[in-house]
Amino acid sequence: MQRIGVFVCHCGSNIAATVDVKKVVEIISQEPSVVHCEDYQYMCSEAGQAKILDAVKEKNLSGIVVCSCSPRMHEGTFRKAAERAGLNPYMVEIANIREHCSWIHKDMEEATEKAVILARAAIAKVNLNAPLFPGESRVTKRALVIGGGIAGIQTALDIADAGYEVDIVEKTPSIGGRMSQLDKTFPTLDCSACILTPKMVEAAAHEKINIYTYSEVDKVTGFVGDFTVDIRKKARSVDMDKCTGCGVCQEKCPSKKTPSEFNRGLNNRSAIYTPFAQAIPNVPVIDRDACIKFKTGKCGLCEKVCQAGAINYDQVDEIVTEKYGAIVVATGFDTIKLDNYDEYAYNQSKDVITSLELERVMNAAGPTKGHLERLSDGKHPEHIVFVQCVGSRCNDNRGKSYCSKICCMYTAKHAMLIRDKYPDVKVTVFYIDVRTPGKNFDEFYRRAVEEYGVNYIKGQVGKVAPQPDGSLLVQASDLLDNKQIKMKADMVVLATAIEPEASVRGIATMLTASIDTNNFLTESHAKLRPVESPTAGIFLSGVCQGPKDIPETVAQAGAAAVKAIGLLAKDKLLTNPCTAKSDELLCNGCSVCANVCPYGAISYEVVQVNDHGIREDRRVARVNNALCQGCGACTVACPSGAMDLQGFSNRQIIAEVDAICR
Amino acid sequence: MSMNNEFKPKIVAFCCNWCSYAGADLAGSSRLQYPADVKIIRVPCSCRVNPMFILRAFEKGADGVIMCGCHPGDCHYSTGNYYARRRMTLLFSMLEYLGIENGRTRVEWVSAAEGVKFSTTMNEFVDKIRSLGENVRLGDLRCKD
Amino acid sequence: MSHGANKADKIKEISGVNPLKCMKCGKCSATCPAFDEMDIKPHQFVSYVVNDDIEALASSKSLWKCLSCFACIERCPRSVQPGKLIDAARQLVVREKGADYLKADEIPELLDEELPQQLLVSAFRRYRR
Repeated sequence: MQRIGVFVCHCGSNIAATVDVKKVVEIISQEPSVVHCEDYQYMCSEAGQAKILDAVKEKNLSGIVVCSCSPRMHEGTFRKAAERAGLNPYMVEIANIREHCSWIHKDMEEATEKAVILARAAIAKVNLNAPLFPGESRVTKRALVIGGGIAGIQTALDIADAGYEVDIVEKTPSIGGRMSQLDKTFPTLDCSACILTPKMVEAAAHEKINIYTYSEVDKVTGFVGDFTVDIRKKARSVDMDKCTGCGVCQEKCPSKKTPSEFNRGLNNRSAIYTPFAQAIPNVPVIDRDACIKFKTGKCGLCEKVCQAGAINYDQVDEIVTEKYGAIVVATGFDTIKLDNYDEYAYNQSKDVITSLELERVMNAAGPTKGHLERLSDGKHPEHIVFVQCVGSRCNDNRGKSYCSKICCMYTAKHAMLIRDKYPDVKVTVFYIDVRTPGKNFDEFYRRAVEEYGVNYIKGQVGKVAPQPDGSLLVQASDLLDNKQIKMKADMVVLATAIEPEASVRGIATMLTASIDTNNFLTESHAKLRPVESPTAGIFLSGVCQGPKDIPETVAQAGAAAVKAIGLLAKDKLLTNPCTAKSDELLCNGCSVCANVCPYGAISYEVVQVNDHGIREDRRVARVNNALCQGCGACTVACPSGAMDLQGFSNRQIIAEVDAICR
Repeated sequence: MSMNNEFKPKIVAFCCNWCSYAGADLAGSSRLQYPADVKIIRVPCSCRVNPMFILRAFEKGADGVIMCGCHPGDCHYSTGNYYARRRMTLLFSMLEYLGIENGRTRVEWVSAAEGVKFSTTMNEFVDKIRSLGENVRLGDLRCKD
Repeated sequence: MSHGANKADKIKEISGVNPLKCMKCGKCSATCPAFDEMDIKPHQFVSYVVNDDIEALASSKSLWKCLSCFACIERCPRSVQPGKLIDAARQLVVREKGADYLKADEIPELLDEELPQQLLVSAFRRYRR
């Protein structure tokens, strides 16, 4: 029988307001094996922990139950306290009477009763706890960054500057990401390429950074400190070492009818292409779906014109297997599809474009060479209408429930840039709310209104109708005037909601990193651990975690890098001691456990056992504690009941069940 | 039936540490109410839930047992919830064969971000168990006080 | 008679709409083809229900100017669907048609030489309990 001490936390009024803490203490004191029970305002405080230390010494406790918040919050705190008191840290159990009790119930009697039952379950478990000792695993001093946009580049640079090797995997032919598509950046109107390109060059030139472009993550195994990743280097059909980046192949390529991904489909590119002029690496790829050589076998013009002899049609996908200690996800975003928004006529008129498309139109390297013109007929527009919140802040099934965060600012930027360059163009912005929380953000928006004369109207656009004369009829409401407005426009720009890049789902699944209903990666704690995934060793950088602008992305990228560096700086990690353990005497060597183990942690060996005086050789399962992650799949699969999970043993869970159903 | 309005079902919920336990925590920190009849047991993964635990709960007088795990494909241990899903499908069909109402057992996938789903699921499940009444078929009378 | 709170609840019940979801974007009014005919605009409808001012709604022109084209229902980004509120308010008014709208004392005033006798009888039937 254990000597158990129970500590009930008030958590200020968080618990004490709905749970009668004194009554819980009174009832729990009567439980067999409980030799000490007390309550305190804040158990997690220094003074609260001191109470545990004192009680362990005075009453010679062997096990501890803390009735407090979720074990996901303070289990670590109390385990350390137990350790300081000379107990094995795994002799501590938490009864979660805050998140699972006081916060979700209003009736005091009911909540108190439940708190008692939860405490009893924890006591029943501790009664069967045994000291556990963590093992050690080594840390591979190399990081993987998935995604080569500004988030991935910044994270990689920061990790590399700390002296660790970093690999960037980017699925497109060049690093640079969304930021390379932008023309100017708010709120200072810096040219996006001018501030991004140096970073790209720095990353490419860094001796600790290795960049895999046109590559994807194929498979991830392992765990924190020791991931093994298969990277698929897609066949580029161009030899990276030989190519000089002269660009002749792209000029001569006869297949020039593929919509350019980089220009958002506003113009076409050749089948052999680099996405943009400053691409890194400046080595083209052949799009095999568009290439005449690959489709018909004839052509081969690029091979003929290539002075360097870099074209290689026989290249195949190559799989590179690398080991990493930490993985940073920086997969970024895309704009949502507008197929369900017929009212904005996006699919009907070329003059209705998204804001990201406008970035390309405004850009000197874009499809219009930076001239603001209607994409349908090339005419100079007289009136441009901006629509905010297209697909953002929706709870219907067409859009996204969240605010995309960047649209208010980039719309102000676009409006301002247009008015600055073309003072003759009238600009109207329809907004629901203008959200400008950020340094110099509101000032920026006010400048658009006050200095540049952008007409902001509070109201939403209900309908955009293409007219026979080529113009667009915009029907909207003006809520402050309580009027319905019908106005003619030459172009309509939609501030389209952003969503996580589609490939993030597959990546999250491979990493077993959790993802929310909007496909944003979940952080470990919304406030206190915003750049870490709940899965150890996985860190989050940029918009894959939630909408962000560039400064925030860069800040988060740095934060993710620091967390990764913190991990890589360690030589060894303590492993979770809650691993499976097989009882040699019960094991019949059937191999069922090894078949269900996702980590290959179970092997078999022949051992000599002494079964009730009979010595014999038996084939028995053996768990590799460094590999076992403690999921428990084997324990349930084992037909002879030989396999059990330390810290969550069959007897412990049954004891909890019994205590709850008592 | 000795059922009255005061029927307070005993409900055991097994929640995996990574998704649904965190979902339950989120339901808590978002103050989303659900009945106190639900008591949660934390397990590392839904695949740790031995059918034996569920039978034990019924034997000891539980009126309903619900198991929550990560969404299929999102398991922290890659494949755990697939095993759990198969095991529970088999167990539930066996229980039904034995005459235990299907509604007394339930499997639900709740992610760490789905506090709302956790709370609505628990509300629904408790309503269901209340409508089914006390579990008299599987309860072991020897276990009663 | 001020059954305000009851009536607002009734409208919410009939329409199945939670007007508190509204983020006041005005897309309903932007999309409404009958906007110019209305005295209370579609987006205002929502706040009238929130503020329990059902009497004003019931006596508004808008109630009968709404075409029930469902454009606002289709396009509302927050699933508030003002069209359903208008429909519900209409229902409410129609249901109350059984109340004493026509009082016997008022009839002499309404009488007109050219008014057919039968109209009076049928009006009396319809608007009196």
